Amino acid sequence: MDLATAIFVGTIAAATPMLLAALGELVVEKSGVLNLGLEGMMLIGAAVAFWLAISGWGLPLAFVGGALAGMLASGLFALLALVFLANQYATGLALAIFGTGLSAMIGMGFGSQPVATLKPLAIPLLGDIPLLGPLLFRFDIVVYLTLAMVPAVWWWLTRSKSGLILRTIGESPENAHAIGYPVRRIRLAAILFGGAMAGLGGAYLSVAYVGIWVENMTAGRGWIALSLVVFAAWRPWRALAGAVLFGGFTILQLHGQILGLPLPSEALSALPYLATIVALVLISQKRRRGMEVPASLARPFRPGA
Amino acid sequence: MATAIDEGMTPRLELRDISKAYPGVVANDAITLSVAPGEIHAILGENGAGKSTLMKIIYGATSPDRGEIRYDGRVLGHHSPAQARALGIEMVYQHFSLFETATVAENIALCLPGRMDLPALSARIAETAARYGLSVEPGRLVADLSMGERQQVEILRCLMRDPRLLILDEPTSVLAPQAVEQLFTVLRRIAAGGCSIIYISHKLDEVRALCQRATVLRGGRVTGSTDPRTASAHDLAVMMIGSDLPVTDHPPASLTPAPLLSVQGLSGRPFGAQGRALDGIALDLFGGEIVGIAGVSGNGQSELAACLSGEAAAPAGRMALLGQDMTGLRADQRRRRGLAYVPEERLGRGAVPGHTLTQNTLLTGYTAGLVRHGLARYAQARARAAAIISRFSVKAEGPQALASSLSGGNLQKFILGRELALDPKVLIVAQPTWGVDVGAAAFIRQRIIDQSRRGAAVLVFSEELEELIEICDRIHVLSEGRLSPSIPRGEATKSRLGSYMTGVGRMH
Repeated sequence: MDLATAIFVGTIAAATPMLLAALGELVVEKSGVLNLGLEGMMLIGAAVAFWLAISGWGLPLAFVGGALAGMLASGLFALLALVFLANQYATGLALAIFGTGLSAMIGMGFGSQPVATLKPLAIPLLGDIPLLGPLLFRFDIVVYLTLAMVPAVWWWLTRSKSGLILRTIGESPENAHAIGYPVRRIRLAAILFGGAMAGLGGAYLSVAYVGIWVENMTAGRGWIALSLVVFAAWRPWRALAGAVLFGGFTILQLHGQILGLPLPSEALSALPYLATIVALVLISQKRRRGMEVPASLARPFRPGA
Repeated sequence: MATAIDEGMTPRLELRDISKAYPGVVANDAITLSVAPGEIHAILGENGAGKSTLMKIIYGATSPDRGEIRYDGRVLGHHSPAQARALGIEMVYQHFSLFETATVAENIALCLPGRMDLPALSARIAETAARYGLSVEPGRLVADLSMGERQQVEILRCLMRDPRLLILDEPTSVLAPQAVEQLFTVLRRIAAGGCSIIYISHKLDEVRALCQRATVLRGGRVTGSTDPRTASAHDLAVMMIGSDLPVTDHPPASLTPAPLLSVQGLSGRPFGAQGRALDGIALDLFGGEIVGIAGVSGNGQSELAACLSGEAAAPAGRMALLGQDMTGLRADQRRRRGLAYVPEERLGRGAVPGHTLTQNTLLTGYTAGLVRHGLARYAQARARAAAIISRFSVKAEGPQALASSLSGGNLQKFILGRELALDPKVLIVAQPTWGVDVGAAAFIRQRIIDQSRRGAAVLVFSEELEELIEICDRIHVLSEGRLSPSIPRGEATKSRLGSYMTGVGRMH
């Protein structure tokens, strides 16, 4: 595999965990709920998936377990935010901190034990096409599923009736309630979906991307995913672009460090975060009407009040 | 028109002895009324008369403490909005429940059961719109529609569900006079098809022009039930407010030789998606007169008011206050020179909701010595707030009451009182009597007239043509960012103003 191919493949793999989390959060925010706890949910998902993997449950169950763990964590958020109408900012931040701590606790016994990471799909014929084969057809199954989620989420939000209802609830829960839609139940479903996606993202990070347990291994990816949603103006395709950009800089700075660029490694490590934010800020300068922040984002809804 | 009402028929809706109390207030007290199939039935009453509560009960959004609701002769037990819709009860709200970021067709799809098939739905929308004479384009984004168009979408949304009882809450508050006529035509057509209509309003002339029956509410009770087409305006007014309509005293104006406020070539950017750019506004305001700005909101009203008050900078044009240029002055600098402004939004713009009336008095009272050396003088502010409360008979617990605890009408009286206490040379008031009951509205209008007759130049923005015709010495119409020539008091009629509002009058 030549360098360019390696960079491309690495980029996509590095982008996947963040893209999963961002797509989930995008749906959550479209329903008018802000869950700042992405980082925590990702870490919980990562730890639980890693534990299942080293305990010999197999990778498929590790992913399912990671997703369920993220979902459970988001259920806690949903309870506080939807039932007790707690402040969503504070609750989300608490979840992020709680998840970081809990994942560290789960991971105490993991040591530096490696897991067998997810293998790329061996797609017959397609994988053997020169140039394109290694470039497009040598990823693992989760990468393909994640990439497929981008058009799926886009189509669901913009073309399906249930997606329209979700957007409606994010714009004006009062009106949606008046029409007769179960606002809190739909928001709960969105939050759980977001939690599962974040958990899956974390799981991918621990059992597919890295393969050994490192405490706090998301290293801020949850926060970047969060800002990705905002700067992507709540559009799945832009979230993909942002995630790929981040992934690309992650890989480039690794290669930069390997090649011994005359820059401190800390500065290079900071590069993906910096570049993603700068690029997204530039993109979001030009905003079309109608795709901006959901009008009721982070506003608690109490039916009948 | 021929009425399809037969007294012997089972009423579509019958309310018996409906009562509903909230802490501290009885909103509905033993209300009984009956609506026949195909009848247009007015619920007439002032703000706070209990109309909204009654509609919520009919629509199932809240349940009565006592009483019985019968629909087609059957008693409704447990009632909910979902059941109301299943029974064919539809509601067009005063503040629309449309989603701005969705298209017309998507908005309608949200209210229909089953799968979403936008092309087929769009065809059905076009067909229904044609049948009732509505002009609705399915593919347009709601954010791009005017208020009148949005209302048509709301009505169409209800019609798509084949309603049997349609409730409209103050539907004309956002419409130009011509659009009101169009609305009435549509409503008559709907009623002729057998659908009953409940028309909630406080406007006597509309109710008399449209409705076959009127139930009048005051203080939560039914004070009369009559045929508004034959009842006199006097009788209806007595039922509604307990006395005849109050009249304001409008002495002749004596103008200052030079304008106190002068605007030339003012152009400005639109505020947001709903806004409208100003296009070469020219305006002279003389001391001693009241000038009205008529027109439906969204035609540049907020932009013009903000440019005049100093909240927004005008990209082009000159403005002079008392003969001196004020184009580059900030809002506080203009206020110090004698300009006062009562904005349209009371909470959050005219007053800080979570602050006391004393603190809210300080907000603009700095020009009258309530702030010295950067320090607030609370004792003086409190005395001043108390004086405003008593002079304007504001119903409040005292200067320590929070602005948010006052009703809309009382807060408006307080804000206007606060500005008048500064004795402004130039007073700008937007929507002075919005949501204010008739008695308080007459009081507010009289205070505005008095201030102008003391030599101040007054500019009033209002959507209520009757109000402008009553108090103004001349009226401009602001439509699509442009200002019509001014029409003097004697010649200003609703139809003449209306023709400028729809753009017809702009030709000459």
